[in-house]
Amino acid sequence: MSDAPRSLPASSQTVPTREEETKSHDEHPPGQLPGELLMWVLILSEIAVFGAGLLAFLSVRLTDPQGFAEAQAHLHRTGAAANTIVLVTSGWLAALATRAAEAGQTRRLRLLLVPAILLGAVFLVLKGSEYADLFAQGIGTETHAFYTFSFLLTGFHAAHVLAGMVLLAVVGWLGTPKAVETGAAFWHMVDLVWVLLFPVVYLL
Amino acid sequence: MKYQTQKIALGYFAVALALFAVQVSMGLILGWTYVSPNFLSDILPFNIGRMLHTNSLVVWLLLGFFGAAYYLVPEESEREIHSPTLAWLQLAIFVLGTAGVVVTYLFNLFDGSWLMGNEGREFLEQPRWVKVGIVVAALIFLYNITMTVLAGKKTAITNILLLGLWALALLFLFAFYNPGNLALDKMYWWYVVHLWVEGTWELVMASILAFLMLKLTGVDREVVEKWLYVIAALALFSGILGTGHHYFWIGTPGYWQWIGSIFSSFEVVPFFTMMSFAFVMVWKGRRDHPNKAALLWSLGCATLAFFGAGVWGFLHTLHGVNYYTHGTQITAAHGHLAFYGAYVCLNLAIITYAMPHLRGRDPYNQVLNMASFWLMSGGVVFMTFTLTFAGTVQTHLQRVNGEYFMDVQDQLWIFYAMRFGSGVAVVLGALLFIYSVAFPRREVVTPGPLESGRLEHDPDHVAAE
Repeated sequence: MSDAPRSLPASSQTVPTREEETKSHDEHPPGQLPGELLMWVLILSEIAVFGAGLLAFLSVRLTDPQGFAEAQAHLHRTGAAANTIVLVTSGWLAALATRAAEAGQTRRLRLLLVPAILLGAVFLVLKGSEYADLFAQGIGTETHAFYTFSFLLTGFHAAHVLAGMVLLAVVGWLGTPKAVETGAAFWHMVDLVWVLLFPVVYLL
Repeated sequence: MKYQTQKIALGYFAVALALFAVQVSMGLILGWTYVSPNFLSDILPFNIGRMLHTNSLVVWLLLGFFGAAYYLVPEESEREIHSPTLAWLQLAIFVLGTAGVVVTYLFNLFDGSWLMGNEGREFLEQPRWVKVGIVVAALIFLYNITMTVLAGKKTAITNILLLGLWALALLFLFAFYNPGNLALDKMYWWYVVHLWVEGTWELVMASILAFLMLKLTGVDREVVEKWLYVIAALALFSGILGTGHHYFWIGTPGYWQWIGSIFSSFEVVPFFTMMSFAFVMVWKGRRDHPNKAALLWSLGCATLAFFGAGVWGFLHTLHGVNYYTHGTQITAAHGHLAFYGAYVCLNLAIITYAMPHLRGRDPYNQVLNMASFWLMSGGVVFMTFTLTFAGTVQTHLQRVNGEYFMDVQDQLWIFYAMRFGSGVAVVLGALLFIYSVAFPRREVVTPGPLESGRLEHDPDHVAAE
């Protein structure tokens, strides 16, 4: 779980400014997790599951490095690299939205979350075009062990992007600091998982 | 007992315990069939006996859950059950349906009938009219409990309990869908079987355990509720896609092997959390509750569930392992300890806790009850070990060396003989338990010097209620 600290900067960005301290001091006292406890349970579970999936992927790759490399060449590396930038930017916007929420700037936080959600859609479009291309080539989950994993891992991840978009919309609508923080925490997890998937599935 | 309608639970517990006796006795007969394969083969074929063993288990556990709900919901919601009449009607439907199943199968009546005949699907063999009865009874139950909860106080315990029970009832609807394609049949079949025991039942288990911990240890409700929500989340996160560990070899796409292996491996987490929860609550608890037997069953439940469902489940859940162990005695070992630890102990814990209140007496015959815990648990654990060793040998001889099934069975005889011995211990333990809660000595135990001292000086010490 060496990746766990990576999610911390996201939450430390959300330390309330002094004037907000009084407003939200009961939201997360020092030493407690920001946002919803169950969200952190979910985030840890997700990281554990994706981590296990990546480990399994790497283990199976040992049995057939050649076949894995050949299969990997069919993926859209440039698209995936672009998607990394897209998702990280979106995460940055979500982080800014958390600050806006803590400052009580409801309008600003919504203006930040809308492009964050739209970038999520951009990610899905790029991902979808890669899938469409692979399917057109007759490649599916059963074609090779590499694709079983790449479709499973990135497919599960894409489902989380979709869920995250819905979640960001909901927390943007609610607009409370705790809700936005919880939604952003989930979104950063989606970010983090992609940052781990991208090198392992596309580059290694 | 604070509310009169909690008394309904007594009826449910009584029927549940009667079926428990039937279930373990049938298990003993089956255990002997493994030792001496032609035993009763003319009048009670193995498949019928096996069906009675598993179905009576499921029915008595469900009746126990219903009884537990009727017992704890009034206390949590702080009001009487919406309609006691409906609760008794529900029990009557269940008893009639159970009797219908047993009679239909024992005498092989209505063979092939769409409405009256059995369906031949493992665990879901019930004739269709019984299935309809189950749905009607479940609807009555949900209506009754939901109305009670809605009108009263809503707590995390009732929320999770209701979530579990509603999902349980809705998932049972898949029992009506029986596609001709065998792969699809199995796929939907697991929606009931897996999502019950590794999903919704876990929610029921967690909430009943939380109720027991709240009462027995006196830990703050807020603490208990936080644990409960985390356990429920972990159970659903791992359990739902964990269904994939049944999809390895039934004709579903290959990716299920990885989904099933990974998610079901995490199914150990909620069970570990439940065990930690139970022990942490006892360590933190300030209340010295007199019902020590209920506490023993609760802790035994959490511990044995972790080993039976968690550890023994993980033992053969990875598809690379399961490729060899599938359907061997390893499965039987896991099945016995998991069901015993998670659900039998849970029911016996809530029954042990509730009975003194329901019958208006002090917790009595603790020694007999606790002895029954050790006898039964010892028996089931020993059985688990003999079956695990049998399964290991079987896997090697049959799956690795490729010997014939029946040749291997002959070589496993010694394990089956030992398993029968442990089965005797379990049946005796079960009878002892029933005796200890049903036929108490009618004397009041006066507190000894230690207990009276505690009662006087320790404000947190609760006397028998």
